[in-house]
Amino acid sequence: MSGYFKELISGTKSLFIGLGITGKYFFEPVVTMQYPMEHVEMTPRFRGHIELIPDEETGEPKCVVCGMCQKGCPSKCISLEGEKREGVKGKVLTKYILNFTTCSLCGQCVESCKFGAIRFSKDYNLAGPRKEDFIFDLIKRLKEKS
Amino acid sequence: MPEPFRVILFIIFVMAFAGLNAAYLVWCERKGAGHIQRRIGPKEVGPFGLLQPIADGIKLMTKQLFLPKGADPLLFMAAPLMVMVPAIMSFMVIPFSETFVAREVNIGLLMIFAFASVNVLGLLLGGWGSGNKYAVIAAARCVSQNIAYEIPMLVTTITMVMVTNTMNLNEIVRAQAGWFFHWHIFRLDISLLMPVAFLIFFVCSLAETNRAPFDMAEAESELIAGAYTEYPGMGFGVFFMGEYANIVIGCALSVILFLGGWQSPIPFHPVGFLGVIWGLFWFLTKLYALIFTVIWIRWTYPRTQFYELLNLSWKVLIPISLFNLILTALQIKIFPWL
Ligand code: SF4
Ligand code: SF4
Repeated sequence: MSGYFKELISGTKSLFIGLGITGKYFFEPVVTMQYPMEHVEMTPRFRGHIELIPDEETGEPKCVVCGMCQKGCPSKCISLEGEKREGVKGKVLTKYILNFTTCSLCGQCVESCKFGAIRFSKDYNLAGPRKEDFIFDLIKRLKEKS
Repeated sequence: MPEPFRVILFIIFVMAFAGLNAAYLVWCERKGAGHIQRRIGPKEVGPFGLLQPIADGIKLMTKQLFLPKGADPLLFMAAPLMVMVPAIMSFMVIPFSETFVAREVNIGLLMIFAFASVNVLGLLLGGWGSGNKYAVIAAARCVSQNIAYEIPMLVTTITMVMVTNTMNLNEIVRAQAGWFFHWHIFRLDISLLMPVAFLIFFVCSLAETNRAPFDMAEAESELIAGAYTEYPGMGFGVFFMGEYANIVIGCALSVILFLGGWQSPIPFHPVGFLGVIWGLFWFLTKLYALIFTVIWIRWTYPRTQFYELLNLSWKVLIPISLFNLILTALQIKIFPWL
């Protein structure tokens, strides 16, 4: 019998404690983010698809078309081309295509680039209905960004 | 005002009140749920999402109404009405303010309980008429739950009738005039267990209206949508409106029986039109505070298991409410000086 009352009182008390907790939450600020209107700042180590790093002065890609990234990629998703131009030292990058459908974000390309010309981007809004949406022209993306 | 006009005005008022309550309590519910879970809740449709209920209503109305195979057409169609209509009828005797009441029926309390019992019949027939096993399980649960909770609720009500000597809701409110400690919930001189009686009544009204944590009729995680499983569009909408109207009735009864109805907490009551507004203000304030508590409870507790639910009623609420009845009788009749 005393157990009955003990349980009754402790049970009622715990119910009120529960109400207290949710009541407190009610007045606390919201913690969710209004996603399409607001965006989170991605963390420094977040790996998005790779992107070309522009030269600070010219704004052109820093890439010297050595092809190491293409060789290093285990999934063969990078294809690039370059050409010699009058008055420019070395090769100029003309095409840099990333097939993101097979990229595993392993980072081999970033590791093997000795010129610091590529890095992981922070893009994550990448949904698309077609496979072709994920064949990225990185030169074009770089121009769009700047 | 001539009588027929008054009646028509009140019918319009009551329908509008029930409809608006259903629409905007859903909004409050969603906003409340949001903030308790530290989200925002609806915010896109109109400022603060205030037009959301209209959008929801249009959505429900444009949906196709169809009859599931094997359903009983008459029962299936009548069930939502049987939940909705009694709830609206009950508004007729609720005193919103001293003179602001459609009909001062001298057995108002009894009338409300009579109509309230039709509510469960609606759910039972809806579940049965759908010809769906989940709906039938929900209907069976709903009935045993309602039987279990009607007893302590009625016993508590009898206690209150014993205290006030009347079933006229307005008279019950008048008996609580004066300071707030004249409200029945604080009248420990009548019964030492008055606050407990209020708690019992409130819990029972939650269970009677199938509100969480006692929402056995819906129990979406176990029974899809319980008795409402097969209802499309506005069939479900009417059930929903009836449910919210029932919550308002349940809370209004708690306010009238225990929290002083339209009485203000201080002994001040202006006369004439101002008095009506003053009473209305206090009644609605208390009513919505209680409704907010109902919403708050829903988003705090998980749904109880079914046998726990029956245990709570038969092992806790019924014995205590019976004890309270006896205690009150003793205190009123035998030890009136206590
Ligand atoms: S991250 Fe890995 S898979 Fe992706 S492009 Fe670079 S090397 Fe290839
Ligand atoms: S390794 Fe670096 S520099 Fe060489 S081609 Fe790739 S991106 Fe350009």
